[in-house]
Amino acid sequence: MSLALRDVSRTFNGTTAVKNVNLEVKPGEIIGLLGTSGCGKSTLLRAISGLDSEYDGEIEINGTVSKEIHDTTGFIFQEPRLLPWLNVLDNVTFGLTGSRKEKENKAIDYLESVGLRGKERLYPRELSGGMAQRVAIARALVTSPEILLLDEPFSALDAFTKMQLQDLLLEVWKKYQSTIVLVTHDIDEANYLCDRVVILRGQPGEVDREFIISQKRPRDRGSEELAHFKSEILESLDLNK
Amino acid sequence: MAEQQNEVSAGYVKTVQSEVSGKKAASKTNKDSLLKTVLIGSIIPVALIVLWEILSRAGVVPPNQLPAPTTILDKIVSMAQDGSLWGHVWITTYRVLAGFVIGTVAAVILGSLVGFYKKVEQLFDPMVQAFRSIPSLAWVPLFILWMGIGETSKVTMIAVGVFFPVYLNIFSGILGVDRKLIEVGKMYGLNTFQLVKRIILPASLPSFLIGMRSGLGLGWMFVVAAELMGASQGLGFLLVFGQNMTRPETILASIILFAIIGKLTDWILKLVEDRSLHWQDRVQK
Repeated sequence: MSLALRDVSRTFNGTTAVKNVNLEVKPGEIIGLLGTSGCGKSTLLRAISGLDSEYDGEIEINGTVSKEIHDTTGFIFQEPRLLPWLNVLDNVTFGLTGSRKEKENKAIDYLESVGLRGKERLYPRELSGGMAQRVAIARALVTSPEILLLDEPFSALDAFTKMQLQDLLLEVWKKYQSTIVLVTHDIDEANYLCDRVVILRGQPGEVDREFIISQKRPRDRGSEELAHFKSEILESLDLNK
Repeated sequence: MAEQQNEVSAGYVKTVQSEVSGKKAASKTNKDSLLKTVLIGSIIPVALIVLWEILSRAGVVPPNQLPAPTTILDKIVSMAQDGSLWGHVWITTYRVLAGFVIGTVAAVILGSLVGFYKKVEQLFDPMVQAFRSIPSLAWVPLFILWMGIGETSKVTMIAVGVFFPVYLNIFSGILGVDRKLIEVGKMYGLNTFQLVKRIILPASLPSFLIGMRSGLGLGWMFVVAAELMGASQGLGFLLVFGQNMTRPETILASIILFAIIGKLTDWILKLVEDRSLHWQDRVQK
């Protein structure tokens, strides 16, 4: 599914958070929105998702302009946001429709791929932070969304879990070719995952630069090319400029 | 080493087994700790009752002021034997339950409407809050005037008492539902009705149950008031009767029965609470 933002701005009580953002995303592309905190990355993502409809400008998803929530869009939040009264399995099946058996089989498949097979009956309070986030990822992926929006999904996780889940995300992406918009402040993460990294800067946030990372996947996290991108991105993020 | 490998290869089956035996062990320790709690909790009451019995028998406290525990027990037993006890207990419990159900239902309806709709809140909440500041017992004379001294006025009074805590807790429970969870529901395209059913209701359940329990407590308080005003049967009537006949053992027997039934009904609600809120991440002491 394609995604296009045209002159999107968002103002909260008189202060502008993002200003005139234009962005074209091709189907199956992974886009990273990178920037320092407070430059409106999450605001932009919420606008795309339809959770926030008070923005100015147009957001076009697959050729239709609308401010509603699309049922083909999935959102992975910064926190797991599991429903505490449902166990792992019921949390994952939450957004599914169909017969119970079907839903559960599907959910179990995804729990398997996030490495949580056998934990179906646990309740959120019994999970560690990393496990909870994996459940949240399974919950978002199980509906096979055509556009997947991620709001710093791995920022609260330890380095190992983070790398594991990044690879998991790529696996899923390879299988379903979803269009992905990833908000992050982790340059390595953006470099490792994205086809294109968009740098937002300033207050209100505006698109500053775009980096196209054409390196083939799987990428080497320590490669020179990525290191080169990192230093360039760091330079363009430099707050003294 | 070989054993370890075995364990690994047994895989899933093994973990299931250990889970089952783990549960058994847990229920055993639960029983032990329950017994311990009961034992520790009864040390002081038992000691006091024994002391009281000794003092009564030694004649330190006059029996026409404070009868011995055994006298009170005799009184309860004799009432149970002649059958009058059950009538009193039943009618009082019935009044509380009827008032509790009516008050809770009214509170659920109004509380949810006020919680969900801003307009209804603006319309009703100020009035309800104003009524709340009237001590509920102040309604008694008016209710008796309107509905006479029969069951209707008593049940109404109890319902009024139950209404406020349940209403307030439902209202605040609904307002307190985490916006972030509601967003999750919205992302999955739930409509308002589905949001209420699948997210708002379960999320406000803890607060609702707290309201029910404090409502029930108030219900028991109000039944005493209602029965003191005028009744021919019931535990509250026994209080008045004991006072008029200068029989302290009747009064104390009635108080003890109130304590037992009140605790019993609260315990039932507590069970419901534990069952439906087992998912809560609570502090374990």
